[in-house]
Amino acid sequence: MIKGKFIDNLPRVYGIYTGGFLVFIIIMAICEQAGMSAKAIGIAFVAFTVSIYAIIGYLSRTLQLDAYYVAGRQVPTVFNGMATAADWMSGASFVAMAGGIYFKGYGYMALLVGWTGGYVLVASLLAPYLRKFGCYTVPDFIGTRYGGNVARLSAVLVLTVASFTYVTAQINATGTIASVALDIPFGIAVYVGLASILICSMLGGMRAVTWTQVAQYIVLIIAYLLPVFWISNKMGAGFFPHLMLADEVARIAELESQFGLGTIKNTAADLATVPKGLAGITKAHSSVNATPWAFISLAVCMMAGTASLPHVMMRYFTTPSVKTARRSVGWSLFFIFLLYSSAPMLATLSKLSLMDPNLTTGIIGKSISDVQALDWYQNWNQANLMFVSDFNGNGTLDLNEFFMGGKAVVLATPEIAGLPYVISGLVAAGGMAAAMSTADGLVLAIANALSHDLYYKIIDPKADTAKRLIVARVLLVIIGFAGATIAAMEIQGILGSVIWAFDFAMSGLFFPLVLGVWWKRANSQGAVAGMLVGLAVGTWYLVHVRTGGTPIWGVSQLTFGIHGALASLVSMVAVSLMTKAPDSATQKMVDEVRIPSGKAILGRQH
Amino acid sequence: MSKQEQHWNETRNLLFITLAIWFVFSIGIFLFGAQMEASSFRPLGYPLSYYMTCQGSLGIFVILIFWFAGRQEKIDEKFGFAEREDD
Repeated sequence: MIKGKFIDNLPRVYGIYTGGFLVFIIIMAICEQAGMSAKAIGIAFVAFTVSIYAIIGYLSRTLQLDAYYVAGRQVPTVFNGMATAADWMSGASFVAMAGGIYFKGYGYMALLVGWTGGYVLVASLLAPYLRKFGCYTVPDFIGTRYGGNVARLSAVLVLTVASFTYVTAQINATGTIASVALDIPFGIAVYVGLASILICSMLGGMRAVTWTQVAQYIVLIIAYLLPVFWISNKMGAGFFPHLMLADEVARIAELESQFGLGTIKNTAADLATVPKGLAGITKAHSSVNATPWAFISLAVCMMAGTASLPHVMMRYFTTPSVKTARRSVGWSLFFIFLLYSSAPMLATLSKLSLMDPNLTTGIIGKSISDVQALDWYQNWNQANLMFVSDFNGNGTLDLNEFFMGGKAVVLATPEIAGLPYVISGLVAAGGMAAAMSTADGLVLAIANALSHDLYYKIIDPKADTAKRLIVARVLLVIIGFAGATIAAMEIQGILGSVIWAFDFAMSGLFFPLVLGVWWKRANSQGAVAGMLVGLAVGTWYLVHVRTGGTPIWGVSQLTFGIHGALASLVSMVAVSLMTKAPDSATQKMVDEVRIPSGKAILGRQH
Repeated sequence: MSKQEQHWNETRNLLFITLAIWFVFSIGIFLFGAQMEASSFRPLGYPLSYYMTCQGSLGIFVILIFWFAGRQEKIDEKFGFAEREDD
């Protein structure tokens, strides 16, 4: 069936894979009709998909450096786009985003703009130039462009802080989903998740991660879009929800005023009885509810963070050429757009299903005891993601008496809207794919930076290939376990830590990376100052706001990167200008980076 | 001016145009959230502010990157800096 080289057969291989996955969904649907239990379906979905990723990970094992670090630089444009999209869309995007939009509306949607707009910066400022450079990791670029181990080490430091903050959130998400789908305690599920993550990346490094990420993208996009289209059609809202939900958005606004949103408030004593982590609808669905600065500052942080996060940037090191790296960014964003533009639609459909008394699924305005008797309410109430309470004692459920967890919007909506359980199993598999693919990329980014930049470039430059690859794998496992251990402590929510990771990355790396290409005068001393001062100021501001300090310029703990990056820019320019200009060899190197043709700065194996 | 300098000048101009468009749709229009909401221009029937955050700006970014990539390829070819197949 498959002849010739794997790369030439990619469309066919993944075509067969997609077909096989759809057949699997149909088989599960038939099994459900035949009486297979919901729990068994959930386990089957997660086990089936994870074992496929593990097989791909095993088949992609390698003993070559450039295959391990940059997938041999032969990943075609469109497939790299898919892999980047999976790399990018984390458990937070998949599980938490629609929930955030559901509860917070317009102000929250700044994340949609920020997490897509950042790709324009990636395409125009960085990706093609770093691809030309020929580096294995992001600190590899910093270390070679600026010269000196101090610059390289500083970059490793910033990268580790940002990626580690991010990866604990992803392992947390993997654990959450695994614990729900497999019905095991969270503390164990975290390590089950970790094991699956490591199987995908350990043997084949970037090559294995690339081909599993493509497979994961296919699962996660089917798992996200299918319920959105299904619910929309079932509800009669329109066969193509993205283009046809205007009436539903208007209807929600109408219902909001009818149910007294914003006028009926809960007392503090009533709210104290609501389980932790659950929230009611307190903000209007579609109207503008944030100041321009709140919206824009959050979007700016997410955009600059996107351009500085190493796990995204290193995906563009794997394309065959500079030209394909550039186009690949466009494809990445296209594949991301498919999911991001669906999230607000899912939030709309979910909210309307619950709110509209004309729909059979609507619960607002029904009697409390009827709602409490619903199967799905009992399930999700038990999972601690849903809660109702008759505060005013009138016997019916009012809008302010219904509470839900953010994750429930994605995880529970199919069930609420009356879709068969097979869809809920599919959604669990999709969430698992999203969290795993991002965790894979991040763990690999940290381990590669430590093994290549810290171990090989600084500690033991004479190490041979075999030794380097062993070190890389050992570090991968160590970092994975460290991440899982911290994730198991559940210090912080998934979304909060993801946003922090962007702010950290932006504080320390954005300007040193961009100016490395666009400002020849930038030198090593300046870059080191930029990275360290940026990271220090950003961290200081985060602590300052968290410990009750007065915000400066209305910058919150979610946007602390604004201060970090500004400090980074100022210190980098000032120190660069005060110290000697880079030597002519470095200047020539920058000239070389700026044109696509010619040899890469760093050799194929270095 | 050397060929390489000319190439870089055009590349930089393209960057400025790209970033200007990016700025308008990621930052500029959101200075006017309330005005967009009140606007009678409602794409597909959605309020303009809502539409731009959930589809409009996102879609424009996708198109912008492909447009930018195409233009940059033309600039590279014009000055003979495009990659050869065997590079």
